[in-house]
Amino acid sequence: MSDKHSTNAYWSANLRIIWVCIAIWAFVSYGCAIIFRPLLSGIRLGGTDLGFWFAQQGSILVFIVLIFWYAWRMNRLDREFGVEE
Amino acid sequence: MSQFTLNLIFIGISFAIYIGIAIWARAGSTAEFYAANRGVHPVMNGMATAADWMSAASFISMAGLIAFTGYDNSTYLMGWTGGYVLLALLLAPYLRKFGKFTVPEFIGDRFYSQTARVIGVVCLLIISITYVIGQMTGVGVTFSRYLEVSNSTGLWIGAALVFAYAVLGGMKGITYTQVAQYVVLIIAYTIPAVFISLKLTGHVLPQTGLFGTHDPSGVKFLAKLDQIVTDLGFRSYTGHHQSTLDMVLFTMALMIGTAGLPHVIIRFFTVPKVSDARTSAGWALVFIALLYTVAPAVGAMSRLNLTKTMWPGAATSQTFSAPAVSLAEIETREDLQWMRNWQITGLLNWEDKNGDGLIQYYNDKVEPNETLAQAITDQNLQGNELTTVNNDIMVLANPEIANLPGWVIAIVAAGGLAAALSTAAGLLLAISGAVSHDLVKGWWAPNISEKGELMAARVSMGISILVATILGLNPPGFAAQTVALAFGLAASSIFPVLMMGIFSRRVNRQGAIWGMIAGITSTLIYIFTYKGWFFISGTNMLDDVSANWLFGISPASFGTIGALINFGVAYLVSNATEAPPEHVVELVESIRVPRGAGVAVDH
Repeated sequence: MSDKHSTNAYWSANLRIIWVCIAIWAFVSYGCAIIFRPLLSGIRLGGTDLGFWFAQQGSILVFIVLIFWYAWRMNRLDREFGVEE
Repeated sequence: MSQFTLNLIFIGISFAIYIGIAIWARAGSTAEFYAANRGVHPVMNGMATAADWMSAASFISMAGLIAFTGYDNSTYLMGWTGGYVLLALLLAPYLRKFGKFTVPEFIGDRFYSQTARVIGVVCLLIISITYVIGQMTGVGVTFSRYLEVSNSTGLWIGAALVFAYAVLGGMKGITYTQVAQYVVLIIAYTIPAVFISLKLTGHVLPQTGLFGTHDPSGVKFLAKLDQIVTDLGFRSYTGHHQSTLDMVLFTMALMIGTAGLPHVIIRFFTVPKVSDARTSAGWALVFIALLYTVAPAVGAMSRLNLTKTMWPGAATSQTFSAPAVSLAEIETREDLQWMRNWQITGLLNWEDKNGDGLIQYYNDKVEPNETLAQAITDQNLQGNELTTVNNDIMVLANPEIANLPGWVIAIVAAGGLAAALSTAAGLLLAISGAVSHDLVKGWWAPNISEKGELMAARVSMGISILVATILGLNPPGFAAQTVALAFGLAASSIFPVLMMGIFSRRVNRQGAIWGMIAGITSTLIYIFTYKGWFFISGTNMLDDVSANWLFGISPASFGTIGALINFGVAYLVSNATEAPPEHVVELVESIRVPRGAGVAVDH
């Protein structure tokens, strides 16, 4: 907390990572699975289309990868700024 | 060995394990009782969170919801998992850094207001009590079906069990019991699904079986299912039939509702470090996904199995080219014993309306398509004859429908109980923490000793169990509907206030209080307008049909709008009033960096 400048830089780097993750989170669930499903309907998969897969399994799998990537990226950021526990 | 003996053995063994763990992991201090002394490994915590979160609704009801609606109910799958991304990114690490025991405590400290803390307690109690009634009802039903005791006896057995391990062990005991319960429930869910997937598609993994080929017909499984259900006049399984806007808002309401549920949030207080809170949310989602990616396969496959049972011609040739299942077959055939079992419970029923001795199952609510119209004339159909099919039988009857051995049925019984009991315990812990820590120590008797607070926590948990059991015995008419309310409330009150507390330095006491009040009130009013005031039927001002909804937004989806109102009001009110004091701004800055979280600090 002593170094105000470094704390601000850490926080804005954190926010950038969060924004990237939120964008992917919204894109796979609200995007691929619901809103853009008609656009993806040309891509067939197992008797239906890709949007159905995203709605029933794909987005959940992406969510998992996203959380672990975020955790890994944040640990690296914590070390860069020397704020890890 | 009879089915009853098998059930008794499997349920008995699982209970002995839970009690044994409770005795081993007794809580001796408030830090152990509220937060398991912050010593839970993130993977273990993930497993416990998964059991805590997956209730009787996830285990029993969700696959059925998907089975009868198909694609449109994918909202439950995405909504109930996507919330963990929000938890990991926006709440869990910061609340863990804050280092206290309850959600209202954070609200009270961050917004330097006892009023805000009490509003937080009220929201928490409404959300948790609503939920726990549903779990206790589920415990009673499952016991009475599988142990052949009365509903109320079953409920008291369940209550005594929760009392034994939750009051004794607190968070510490509950955590390790929930790990055991997760193992029981996931095995129970997966085994029947694997058998059924092998039978229908030849895939060991139900997840890939869903997109595989239907063995008897050689057509893709989902294409086959679409063809069978549309032949019978139902909506296509993979098609999109609901309003896109409402689907998006409903998914969002479930996501932010999940992230705002107090009993889930407190699980992230138990891990040693801030970075563990992040990975722990990931592990929770891994363990949840083991069930949530199997559920759509269970839904689709049991829908096909049910239809095939009713129309033996559906699997191989055209549905109507062979006759429907006959009344005589249902009454005598060994492999249709499950239909007779479930008819007794009232969850499944049929009636031979045209008196031809056959039970024809189809959708008589729509204009029939060409094939169906032809069949209606040929077979002189007088309406759908499978008159009742409850969503919930899809998972519980699944092993019986697929003719799996008796021990599988016994495991499913133990799994259903594990799902209901683990969630009930987590909710009771959230309730007792709010009462003993926020009301007794935080407000009524601030000088209470740690021993006294621990006693207060145990007493309030005992009382909560008693109240939940009594409400489970005489469930208020609105119990089922209030689950939607609980999510709406969590979405419109707790999630926004926590998020603003972390991500804004400017939102102050007045902003938080008025934001919470505006968010909850608008959500409540919208729900009551269509569902009746306090769910009393006949008092609704508008019929609950999509034509009446504001912009086509259903009452269950309104939590998203309530959350936006909360954010908006908090922002406007905060900017019109004074900035938060210096020590609060320092608190916000300190929770943003992981270093220095340490163990629980009392204040």
